[in-house]
Amino acid sequence: MSRRAERSTWLTILLFAIALGGWEVVSRTGVLPPFFFPPPSVIAVTLKRLLLSGELLEHLGATLGRVVFGFLLGGIPAYLIGMWMGCSPDARRLLDPFVAALHPVPKISMLPIIMIVLGVGSTARIAVIALSTFFPLLINTMAGVRQIHPIYFEVARNYGAGRLQILRKVVIPGSLPFVLAGARVALNVALSLTIAVELITADHGIGKMIWLAWQTLRIEDVYAGVVMAAAIGLGIRAVIQFLTHRLVPWQVETHS
Amino acid sequence: MGFSCHDVGLVYPTRDGGLAALDKVSFDQKDEEFLCIVGPSGCGKSTLLKIIAGLMAPTSGKIVLRRTSEKGRPLNSLVFQEHGVFPWMSVLDNAAIGLEMQGVSKEERHRRARAFLQPFGLSQFASRYSHELSVGMRQRVAIARAFLTDPYMLLMDEPFGSLDAMTKLILQKELLRIWEEHKKLVVYVTHDLDEAVLLADRVLIMTGRPGRIREEFSIPLPRPRQLNDGNRPEILRIKERIWAILEEEMGKSLEAAS
Repeated sequence: MSRRAERSTWLTILLFAIALGGWEVVSRTGVLPPFFFPPPSVIAVTLKRLLLSGELLEHLGATLGRVVFGFLLGGIPAYLIGMWMGCSPDARRLLDPFVAALHPVPKISMLPIIMIVLGVGSTARIAVIALSTFFPLLINTMAGVRQIHPIYFEVARNYGAGRLQILRKVVIPGSLPFVLAGARVALNVALSLTIAVELITADHGIGKMIWLAWQTLRIEDVYAGVVMAAAIGLGIRAVIQFLTHRLVPWQVETHS
Repeated sequence: MGFSCHDVGLVYPTRDGGLAALDKVSFDQKDEEFLCIVGPSGCGKSTLLKIIAGLMAPTSGKIVLRRTSEKGRPLNSLVFQEHGVFPWMSVLDNAAIGLEMQGVSKEERHRRARAFLQPFGLSQFASRYSHELSVGMRQRVAIARAFLTDPYMLLMDEPFGSLDAMTKLILQKELLRIWEEHKKLVVYVTHDLDEAVLLADRVLIMTGRPGRIREEFSIPLPRPRQLNDGNRPEILRIKERIWAILEEEMGKSLEAAS
């Protein structure tokens, strides 16, 4: 890490500590009602309690499972179709209107329809999550293929590359930075949708935990759930950063 | 041996009947000849090069090659001004890409690529990516790669066009040296008159759009050449004549545009 990057990391930690400290003080002194805004120390104790009882890991496991499974289920076809649309103008003409029409529809609004088709069970839940990851990844994959400079294709063809070799040597590596950026968006959308779906229908998961706590007015448990969701978000960022370092070391390193 | 362009023409389809980019381009080139094509910008030089490379088909005329086909030896290699070096491959893999496409084993192609990187001063950069290299270094990789596959002809599209004057001179010298060593048929497109005269056996001057061959000049300079050979009086006279033609052609292009 460069000195500059190191400094900004420390700055982030400092800012975080100040925010937490401020919250603690404001809550403890009663400036904000501690019942609705429990201090971070209380939330930490709650998290510890939930962790020791095994409850937290059970909910976390359910949520992570849905995020990952939904992401794979929606992401793999999105990647393949995105590749196709990126490479073929015909495919773009054919499918782009559908993408444009379906992408902005909030996927959670389709849950009732999906439940009618797939039944009120885990299949419908996963289907909504998969659907939400589909478009961000498809659009980024397509954009990733299309931003590859045409000269790279000409060079590959000039050196005798066939269609498959162009795919392997130009299209897949050249689009990878965009695909990873799309995966980050898709995973975060999947997380939001998972929690939303759990609030409504599931019997396990961080969303369910938040909802149950709210219904029984255990406000610190609600916060514990929100903190866990934030932690998963940080985890997603870490995974994508790791993959970016491993898979696209050739990208100019700009500090994110 | 060699090849010839027979009345090559290219018309881009447009709504109002088409835009002529090239018009009856004809010339003949011998083996091991270094040919430079000079012309005002937009005259279709790069398009002509892509047609010779087989990346584009002409709308009229044809390219005729006179050579016995040799198995495994590629017909041509292109070197572009930029974007020629894949950013997602190391220098070594970039240099070896032509061999890889020919199905040469990894060990063998890396060995041969390494041997070729060495005279270009690229040995210690073999595992680097292109963003870690200067523009000049990248062009060295592109040229090393083009020579490595031992193509029948080398097609270069302003390969030094985005380099600073100093680096350009160094790379011109390196190109001359490696060309003397391998003696290939080269078609080299440029808008730099000094460069054309320094490198070429023969310089073709193209007209403004639609591009045609307007005139050709032989460059009576012995080889191996030196960077200051361009200052000899007989060469300066040729440059003056070429410049006069180019000036006239550029004037015509401006008139046509206004």
